[in-house]
Amino acid sequence: MKKYTFTEKKDTRSGFGAGMQVLGQTNPNVVAMCADLVGSLKLDAFIKENPERFIQCGISEANMIGMAAGLTIGGKIPFATTFANFGSGRVYDQIRQSVAYSDKNVKIAVSHAGLTLGEDGATHQILEDLAMMRALPGMTVINPCDYNQTKAATIAVAEYEGPVYLRFGRPVIPVFTDADQKFEIGKAWMVNEGTDVSIFATGHLVWEAIQAGEMLEAEGINAEIINIHTIKPLDEKAILKSVKKTGCLVSAEEHQVAGGLGSAIAELLIQGTPYPQEFIAVKDSFGESGTPAQLMEKYGLTANDIVAAAKRAIARKK
Amino acid sequence: MTELQSIASQVRRDILRMVHGCQSGHPGGSLGCTDLLVALYFQQMKINNRKGKGGYLSFNLDGKGEDLFFLSNGHISPVFYSVLARRGYFDVKELATFRKINTRLQGHPTTHEGLPGIRIASGSLGQGLSVSIGAALAKKLNGEKNIVYCLMGDGEQQEGQVWEAVQFAPNNNVDNLVAFVDVNGQQIDGSTNKVNNNRDLGAKYKAFGWRVVTVDGNNMDELTTLLRKIKRLVGKGQPIAVMMKTEMGQGVDFMMHSHKWHGVAPNDAQLEQALAQLPETLGDY
Repeated sequence: MKKYTFTEKKDTRSGFGAGMQVLGQTNPNVVAMCADLVGSLKLDAFIKENPERFIQCGISEANMIGMAAGLTIGGKIPFATTFANFGSGRVYDQIRQSVAYSDKNVKIAVSHAGLTLGEDGATHQILEDLAMMRALPGMTVINPCDYNQTKAATIAVAEYEGPVYLRFGRPVIPVFTDADQKFEIGKAWMVNEGTDVSIFATGHLVWEAIQAGEMLEAEGINAEIINIHTIKPLDEKAILKSVKKTGCLVSAEEHQVAGGLGSAIAELLIQGTPYPQEFIAVKDSFGESGTPAQLMEKYGLTANDIVAAAKRAIARKK
Repeated sequence: MTELQSIASQVRRDILRMVHGCQSGHPGGSLGCTDLLVALYFQQMKINNRKGKGGYLSFNLDGKGEDLFFLSNGHISPVFYSVLARRGYFDVKELATFRKINTRLQGHPTTHEGLPGIRIASGSLGQGLSVSIGAALAKKLNGEKNIVYCLMGDGEQQEGQVWEAVQFAPNNNVDNLVAFVDVNGQQIDGSTNKVNNNRDLGAKYKAFGWRVVTVDGNNMDELTTLLRKIKRLVGKGQPIAVMMKTEMGQGVDFMMHSHKWHGVAPNDAQLEQALAQLPETLGDY
C-alpha cells in the first residue's frame, strides 16, 4: 500500500488563489469577479497583478452570475467567486438560465463549502450544492482534495470550454498530492489499489479515506481508494473497474447523502450489477456551529467512520 | 408610411400569426415593443452585414465590433424572432415553427438551439441587465467602442436582481450601455400599479446614478430621434436608461388598453380582425 505523507497543511482556497495568480500571468482572457469576499477567496495576488481584470461586484451574487455570462460573450473567461452557499443555492436560477442553458464559459469558483466552514454554522454550510450543480445539463462539477490539486484544477478549468462549478474550502488540511500534477477533468485518480472494498472519496474526504485505508490495512483489510475529484462527468470506467474487483464500496463526501457523489455512483451501478454501498455523507440534516474537526466527527465524516462503513460494506458481500 | 413603419406593420402581422399558429405565446408586449426592435435592428445598431451560408446574415455569437441587443423579458420572443428573420438572420418561413416541437424558436429565446441572433437565454425575469453589463464590460476590456442595448419589462422591475444590476452599472462607469424599460403599465395579473407599484421608475434609476430619458415607444419619429441622440449620450461616464412608454397590444385596437392580451393567442376570427388593421408590407411568411 502506497504511503502518503505531508510536510505542510494548507487550505484548498489558497490553492485556488495560487491557481488564479498563475492564470493572471498566463491567460489574458481570465477575469476574476467577487461578491465582497476577496480575502476569503485568496484573490489578493491576482488583483494586485491584474487590477483591470478584477470586478468587485459587491454583495450581489445574482448580478455577478449574470455579468459573468455576459463577459463570456466578449470572449472573456470569468471566474465568479464567493462562498459555495451564495454561488449555488442563492443563484441557482441565474446559473441555470444565463450560464448552463445558455452554454456560457463561466467558472463558478466557490469556497467554504460543507461543514468545515465551521463556526459560522448552518446558514453558510452548503451541503446540497453538488446535487444542484450535478443536475444541470452540461455543467462540470469539480471538488479537488488538497491545495496542490485545487491549484491544478483552477488552471485546468480555464483551458476547458464550458460552464464549471469548482468547489473548495476553508480548513487547513494536509498537502499530499504532487505540486506539479496535471489535472485531468473527469479522470478519477487512483490513490491506492486494493481488493476488498472500494472507497470513492471527494474533496476533504480524500485525506480521511487515505487514513482509513491505513487503519483498515492494520486490520488486514485491503482497501482501494479512489479520488473522484470530478463528480460530473463521472469517471464511470474507473468506478466500474474498481467495484468489479472489490465487490463493495463506500462513497465519502462532505455533502448531503441526497444527490451528491454517492448518489451519482449509485445511479451508475444500479444500471448494471449493483454492489453493497455504504454512504459517508450528512444524513438529511443541516449543520451547526463548531470547529471543523468537531463537526466532521459529530456528522460522521471521519476516517473512523469510513473504516466502519467499509466493514459494513464488506459484511454485506454475498 | 415610412420604411421603418412599414417593416413594423409586417412584424406585427408576423407576431399575430406566430402566436395564432401555436395558440400560445405573448402578443401584447411583443406588439408594444415592435417599433423599438425595428428601429434598433433596421437603423440604429451597427451589426455585421456580411452574408454567409444560404444568403443569411453571418452571425458571430461573440459580436466583436458589433452593437449588441439583449432581450431580458424573453416572453416577447415573437417580436424578437420576427425582427431577426426580417433582418436576414434566418428564413422568415421558420417563424411558422414558433413554439412547435423541434423548433429553434423556443417559447423563450435560447442559444441552446443555435438560432442566429440570440446570445443568451431569457425568460426567467430579471437577468438580462446583468448579462448586458457583463457584455458591455467585455467590450471595454476588448477596447471596442460599440453599444450594448437591453430591453426589460416594467413588471420585470419587481425582480430584485434588476436592482443589483442598476446599482452596479453607474458605480462602474458602464457608459456603453443603454437599458430600455418597456413602460406599458401592465403585467399578467393586472396593472403594475395594482400588482406591485413600481412608483417613479425614472426617478429611481436617476437616484442610482443613471442618465434617464423618456420616449413614446410607439411613435417611430420620436423613437428614431431619441436613438440618434443616444449615440451622443454614450461614453459620458453614465449608463443610459430609457423609460419607454408603450401600449401593450399596440396596433390592434381590441388588444390595447388592457393586460388581457399579455399571454393569450387570438382565435381565427380575432386574427382576421387584427390583421385587417395591419397592412401586409413585406409579404407574410
